[in-house]
Amino acid sequence: MSLSESTKARFAREVAKYPAEQKQSAVMACLAIVQQEQGWVSAQAEAEVAEYLGMPAIAVREVTTFYNMYNQQPVGKYKLNVCTNLPCQLRDGQKALEHLCRSLGIEDGGTSADGLFTVAKCECLGACADAPVMLVNDRQMLSYMEPAKLDELIGLIRAEEGKVA
Amino acid sequence: MALDLSRFQATGRETCFHDRHVGAQIYAGLTGANWRLADYRARGGYQALRKVLGVDGGSPMTPDQVIAEVKGSGLRGRGGAGFPTGLKWSFMPRAFPGQKYLVCNSDEGEPGTCKDRDILRYNPHIVIEGMAIAAYAMGISVGYNYIHGEIFDVYERFEEALEEARAAGLLGNNILGSNYSFQLHAHHGFGAYICGEETALLESLEGKKGQPRFKPPFPASFGLYGKPTTINNTETFAAVPWIIVNGGQAYLECGKPNNGGTKIYSMVGDVERPGNYEIPMGTPFAKLLEMAGGVKGGRKLKAVIPGGSSAPVLPASVMMDCTMDYDSIAKAGSMLGSGAVIVMDDTRCMVKSLLRLSYFYTHESCGQCTPCREGTGWLWRLVNRIEHGEGRADDLALLDNVAENIMGRTICALGDAAAMPVRGMLKHFRDEFAHHVEHKTCMVPAYV
Repeated sequence: MSLSESTKARFAREVAKYPAEQKQSAVMACLAIVQQEQGWVSAQAEAEVAEYLGMPAIAVREVTTFYNMYNQQPVGKYKLNVCTNLPCQLRDGQKALEHLCRSLGIEDGGTSADGLFTVAKCECLGACADAPVMLVNDRQMLSYMEPAKLDELIGLIRAEEGKVA
Repeated sequence: MALDLSRFQATGRETCFHDRHVGAQIYAGLTGANWRLADYRARGGYQALRKVLGVDGGSPMTPDQVIAEVKGSGLRGRGGAGFPTGLKWSFMPRAFPGQKYLVCNSDEGEPGTCKDRDILRYNPHIVIEGMAIAAYAMGISVGYNYIHGEIFDVYERFEEALEEARAAGLLGNNILGSNYSFQLHAHHGFGAYICGEETALLESLEGKKGQPRFKPPFPASFGLYGKPTTINNTETFAAVPWIIVNGGQAYLECGKPNNGGTKIYSMVGDVERPGNYEIPMGTPFAKLLEMAGGVKGGRKLKAVIPGGSSAPVLPASVMMDCTMDYDSIAKAGSMLGSGAVIVMDDTRCMVKSLLRLSYFYTHESCGQCTPCREGTGWLWRLVNRIEHGEGRADDLALLDNVAENIMGRTICALGDAAAMPVRGMLKHFRDEFAHHVEHKTCMVPAYV
């Protein structure tokens, strides 16, 4: 799979923010775009981003592996990250994580058998007063996720996916 | 994503749009629905920039006048270090012939801190205006706002606000018809606590791993792309328009000497009403705790981490005598840091609390310096075995020793940030750790 024209257009908008000789600055944004479109960052995607930005593939790999949010392997269709850092732990962040894992029958970091959910703890999301908080697919932050709301969320996603299938 | 999850998203009512701010300058008049340019203008927005550029008649302020006003305000960096902002601005080489850069550090990831998120999503133009004024004062023509990757929706909103400002001639070439030009862009992170450190942030902005640089040279001489660069926190920039409109002296007077202005505190943990509270510098902690509804469930206050997770913990008795400003908290042996106030009640086990923080620091160490890379893991393993009833008689001395050998021995402050919570806990709650080691059980069994 090579980069589509629409993906390249999104890349171009990011590259335009930086001086012409500093295209590498757009690498984080380009990788985030790839992840949004493909679900994860494959070695091939890294090579394509490297070629587009004119930087070594290993330098792209350094970025993918350094930052927590890049998926280095495929994940469930819905990646749910729950913050369990101390301020969240004090407001049941750890319990929220455990509730999700129990409800879906998976371990922290695992993916459900139907490929729908990946659940993992994460570090500070910067929304500590909203605890328990979680991030859905890197881009949507959900707040005050008590067990009843977690159940509602899982139900909503399953209903949506049932409709699709 | 086709699925509408908005019902689970925060509305800001709890954290920002409450009536408990005192003398608010940054959060004043916000509702969540009035973040756009027209709303900001209706609140008096961009008057400061107009005044600086002299576009409404009268002469423009000189860059020196702007810097003098900020110096006189007593504004200190809101990201954690508390460095005087006007002084930092005066370090930028004025006559430098090449490109210079302005960077806003919105990589808000210090556990406990959630104030910049509310500034950016509910009042983004105040940051844009503050940056435009700062850039004018330092003769800078290009800036970036580096936004925490986890708040992606806020990043997208900031991009929208930038578009509005460009379309209205408030950013770009010849701003408001003057001969001053400033290009501002948004850049997002993607999950790395270390990028809140300013030189790691610059590396990240250059498209690399976020590993801090050795200082000196400081960013004012060798910053983004090796060019002179000034980096300030979101809240710092957001304070600037008020200072320009009302004067540095007025700003200073709403705080206390050497601690000017208002400050936003993130009250988190065991309080009734967690959220952000904008109040004058120097407000007693007891008052702030009362504003947040007191300790959750009417329980007893045990301890407070007053400035984000890296700040040493203070016991309730010490904290209740503090006022919320840089000098008072420093005198008590901790630091105001980012203004995140992590409140813990009397059911909390300090060993378990420190265990989670120690895990965080070892997880987020960038791996560049040996004392931090190895030391943070060592601290975590030690606290882990103490928590799980496997502590050894000399473990507390070993914790002291490892923390001591990280402090001051790393390129950036993350090493210190990992060691300070350990030292604070052992200083004030040593008996709890000793109890765990000796009895293999917790002193506070109510902890859940």
